[in-house]
Amino acid sequence: MSSDVSALQLVLSGDPALFAIVRLSLYVSLCAVALAAVIGIPLGAWIALTKFPGRQGVIVLLNALMGLPPVVVGLAVYLLLSRSGPLGKFGLLFTPGAMIIAQTVLVTPIIAALARQTIEDLWLEYRDELTAMNLGPLGRVAALIWDARFSLVTALLAGFGRAAAEVGAIIIVGGNINGFTRTMTTAVALETSKGDLPLAVGLGLVLIAIVIAVNALAWTARRAGERWAG
Amino acid sequence: MKMLTRRLVIAAAASFLFAGHAIAQDKSIVVASTTSTQDSGLFGHILPMFKARTGIDVKVVAQGTGQALDTARRGDADVVFVHAKPAEEKFLAEGFGVKRYPVMYNDFVLIGPKSDPAGVKGSKDIVAALGTIKAKGSDFISRGDKSGTHQAEINLWKVAGVDIGKDKGPWYKEIGQGMGAALNTASASNAYVLADRGTWLSFKNRGDLAIAVEGDKRLFNQYGVMLVSPEKHPSVKKDLGQQFIDWLVSAEGQKAIAGYKIGGEQLFYPNADDPGA
Amino acid sequence: MRAPSSELPIEFEGVTVASGSVTILDDVSLIFDGGAPTILIGPNGSGKSTLLRVAMGLLPPSRGRVTWGGRIDVPPLRRAIVFQRPVMLRRSAGANIRFALGAAGVPRADHVRRTGELLELVGLAPLADRAARRLSGGEQQRLALARALARDPAVLFLDEPTASLDPVATKAVEDIIRAVSARNIKVVMATHDLGEARRLAGDIVMLHRGRIVERGPAASFFDTPQSCEARAFLAGDLLI
Repeated sequence: MSSDVSALQLVLSGDPALFAIVRLSLYVSLCAVALAAVIGIPLGAWIALTKFPGRQGVIVLLNALMGLPPVVVGLAVYLLLSRSGPLGKFGLLFTPGAMIIAQTVLVTPIIAALARQTIEDLWLEYRDELTAMNLGPLGRVAALIWDARFSLVTALLAGFGRAAAEVGAIIIVGGNINGFTRTMTTAVALETSKGDLPLAVGLGLVLIAIVIAVNALAWTARRAGERWAG
Repeated sequence: MKMLTRRLVIAAAASFLFAGHAIAQDKSIVVASTTSTQDSGLFGHILPMFKARTGIDVKVVAQGTGQALDTARRGDADVVFVHAKPAEEKFLAEGFGVKRYPVMYNDFVLIGPKSDPAGVKGSKDIVAALGTIKAKGSDFISRGDKSGTHQAEINLWKVAGVDIGKDKGPWYKEIGQGMGAALNTASASNAYVLADRGTWLSFKNRGDLAIAVEGDKRLFNQYGVMLVSPEKHPSVKKDLGQQFIDWLVSAEGQKAIAGYKIGGEQLFYPNADDPGA
Repeated sequence: MRAPSSELPIEFEGVTVASGSVTILDDVSLIFDGGAPTILIGPNGSGKSTLLRVAMGLLPPSRGRVTWGGRIDVPPLRRAIVFQRPVMLRRSAGANIRFALGAAGVPRADHVRRTGELLELVGLAPLADRAARRLSGGEQQRLALARALARDPAVLFLDEPTASLDPVATKAVEDIIRAVSARNIKVVMATHDLGEARRLAGDIVMLHRGRIVERGPAASFFDTPQSCEARAFLAGDLLI
């Protein structure tokens, strides 16, 4: 990416390097959110509906994990994926796959904790009806997750926000390799360290614009759904 | 039906994860190098030439010298390209590298505020200048990150008779980050900082900074390249890695390095033919 | 509709439900058996809702026991309950019924047909694709009835189903209840509307402060109440 040119000019001219970076950022963060949802929503639902010893402690821990420091997660995943580490033979370090893994670790507690809260609140309301229908645990979970879908979208957006904004984890496990693992946030970090602040600010604004666009899309979808479903 | 959908989603996700990995397996190597080679723009200039010649994708992970050598020790890189000869020789002695090839050198410059509070501007003696800075307690930014630049800085303090680890005061600020960050901090706090010329030339946020001291032979900064030992890490791509090294020290590679200029000024001087480098 | 089988008779043997120091049901013993609707009446707080929940199997007694068809711990396969404020699932009316059919184990192939039949029965056929949460109060109550009937119950419990409805909606619901009872489904319903009790009852069970104070066929209860509580209640006095 040429550094004598402002970020706006890059956007308007359709600079391929910039678009590759945007595409990678969205790819990594959206994959992470999808994986985190597949893991986190059922996990949150299960904790919401199941009584087991130490349940309150698990809930406190889950809420606390929402604040996992990204650099620490990055370091931990780095040590796991390094060739000298236990999962080294997959050769995932310094690839987008490693970045997705690190961000999934960061985002899953957010989605699980918010899902747990949402579904637990909903369970209070639905408990009698669902019990009277003689539903098993899977049936209850499925019914509650579907009925909670709008609130769960908000949880997913919170997770996406976290993933799209962070740099500490992905710069460690991705290596910020030009054309391969460089995302919007790592590009901002790099341009800042090179002293090209106008470009860094411009990239930052592009990133914010994209995050707003994603949120606006989800909001529109949610509104349309809610307007129908009442 | 829902179970099948869930399984499909997980399978799709897993394939996404590994797709990037699969593409990477085609003719590419990971080179652990320093922030100075990246930030100066050298790689942006020479790597496309290497790819055009061999079709090999060079993925540069830019870290400080200390971290780059550690990455290589762990087997997470195929080639390591840094500028701290003692550390590189230790790396070889430990058996992690195959052979060290000198590639090029550039020089360090002492950057400082135009107002020159320590009164060292224009000097050709870096050691005397550092001694003056310490005596006057002028603000000095150190990278503090075990990088090649940091190690060179520590050596220069030693030559000036200063054990900087013991004798530092509040005027000496270790930030633990790369060259760009150090220059940013120096610019913001009007302090002195030791930088490699390449990063300085491409640095845009100069503020009130300018070159204070340059040209002292002790400011020379030698770069060496090594293949990570396939005996220690069988996953190392030794053939592709050796191709990169061979190209760097070849006439074509050396010419490419010399051809990289910023504002008409050459940054790196190839010296692969100098056995003592 | 099948004849009631393993759910009836429902027998309460000395059932007490207490929560902390508060006794909600106090040593209640009675039997529900097939036939005309049994209506539970009594002032607010007398324990009608709790009795229905225990009979449905949602609430275990603190003391005593409940048997269904002579057995304890019978899962609610052929019982259903309609609450005063039913919870609508966030989907269409038809989808609500299909959900209930699925929960009751009805094979998928039958869902479309059964949903259509049930919507017809409760008069909601034109609203099949409307979001359930956007139905009126009366419509939601009728949908809840359809959901309950999707379980093909032998016994149908109703907890003050018309309490929040206007007279038109009330009549619609009462008509459905009459139709249901005519199909040999045992109806057990709580109400605080004496007129409704008169309209629907086969027999009356009156509760006061968690105890049964009187029970008997509707005619004799209304014409010749035996207990002073019943007499006071029918006269419109506040029963303390």
